[in-house]
Amino acid sequence: MNAKKELQVSAIENGTVIDHIPAEYLFQVINILGLDNCDNSVTFGNNLESKILGKKAIIKIADKFFEDDEINKISLIAPHAKLNIIKNYQVVEKKIVESPDKVIGIAKCMNPKCITNVEDVTTRFKVIEKTPITLKCHYCEKITDHKHIEII
Amino acid sequence: MDNKSLVSIDDYTKEEILEVLARAAEFEKNPNCNLLEGKVVASLFFEPSTRTRLSFETAISRMGGKIVGFTDSSSSSVTKGETLKDTTKMVSNYCDLVVMRHPIEGSARYASEVSDVPVINAGDGANQHPTQTMLDLYSIYKTQGTLENLNIFMVGDLKYGRTVHSLLMAMSHFNPTFHFIAPKELEIPLAYKIFMNKNNIKYHEHTEFNDIINDADILYMTRVQRERFADPLEYEKVKNVYILKNDMLENTRDNLKILHPLPRVNEIAVDVDENPKAYYFQQALNGVYARQAIIAKALDL
Repeated sequence: MNAKKELQVSAIENGTVIDHIPAEYLFQVINILGLDNCDNSVTFGNNLESKILGKKAIIKIADKFFEDDEINKISLIAPHAKLNIIKNYQVVEKKIVESPDKVIGIAKCMNPKCITNVEDVTTRFKVIEKTPITLKCHYCEKITDHKHIEII
Repeated sequence: MDNKSLVSIDDYTKEEILEVLARAAEFEKNPNCNLLEGKVVASLFFEPSTRTRLSFETAISRMGGKIVGFTDSSSSSVTKGETLKDTTKMVSNYCDLVVMRHPIEGSARYASEVSDVPVINAGDGANQHPTQTMLDLYSIYKTQGTLENLNIFMVGDLKYGRTVHSLLMAMSHFNPTFHFIAPKELEIPLAYKIFMNKNNIKYHEHTEFNDIINDADILYMTRVQRERFADPLEYEKVKNVYILKNDMLENTRDNLKILHPLPRVNEIAVDVDENPKAYYFQQALNGVYARQAIIAKALDL
């Protein structure tokens, strides 16, 4: 790995790199992680070439390390995302974002007649299909497919 | 969370279904008892449902229990804006069991999580109505002597009918063969076909309602509802196609029984009522015994 090609988004000294985000979801990932309201320096690239995704996005956040439940949130829209934890320009840890078996308090049930859309109830879903991610509401038992997943 | 609650028919295993049916048969022999003596059951009907409510209240009364509650939300604090959570919390302090009917889907599951006592779902919107399913199963069990290997024909609105879906799920434990008779617009939803394929359950779909019912052990009729159709012309086309008339029963099996969750409008002609194969009124009575058994199980009695 010595013959490194030129980086399309410049390196960070410390922080987190989120790679393999589907290009169309870049701005949603930014939203979900609250990066639009964050003081850290954030750099990103979009529509970069990717062997897996065709076109991908990458985000680098300086001096920021995520909790697992924060990262859980992006697995709903970027199930193949990979995280590199950077310390002193070196990758010290790699994390794969994996779809959870349960999704709690992150997504909205698409059934307007569901109790979770009527009262202040934490949403709970069982992940019944991982690709594409498909959720079954614990309360109304209706299916929310990946096209209709809305992040709270 | 309370696991004694009955919210969805899936909450019961096959063994539990059979246990409750056996118990229902005991209650049918001796409906009056004092198992609920000293107990208070809250009957919370956030929307009116006379049939279900009277069936529950009869079951509770025959077991010697007391009932508190309301029969529609206009006479409850819901009109003041109280949340379901608060109503449930408050009421569950007072009583030993909650029976709840609510128009919002998932409300019963949520109530079972905030309640300190078991909750029995008496219908949550278009989602679940498990006590109806248990009385349907009891009616089938009683008239056929078994739940295994039966030919079940379902007719009418198979798309929106929650009783159809829950019965399908519950019967899937017992190696049934299903025949679905419905207009294209109201056919059984894809999710259930996937379920049946996955579980190797035999099923056939028909749009014609004719002598194919001669093979039926159970004929489960439902109402085709006008409000389900976007196009009124489509409704006019199908509304009279799925009507059961007495002469259609001539060559059917001797053991055939006709079920209907009621209320009926015109989908079963009145001349069928006198046929010994008509079972829908006894079916409604079976609801009392099935609900007695469900209540006893929820309270470990």
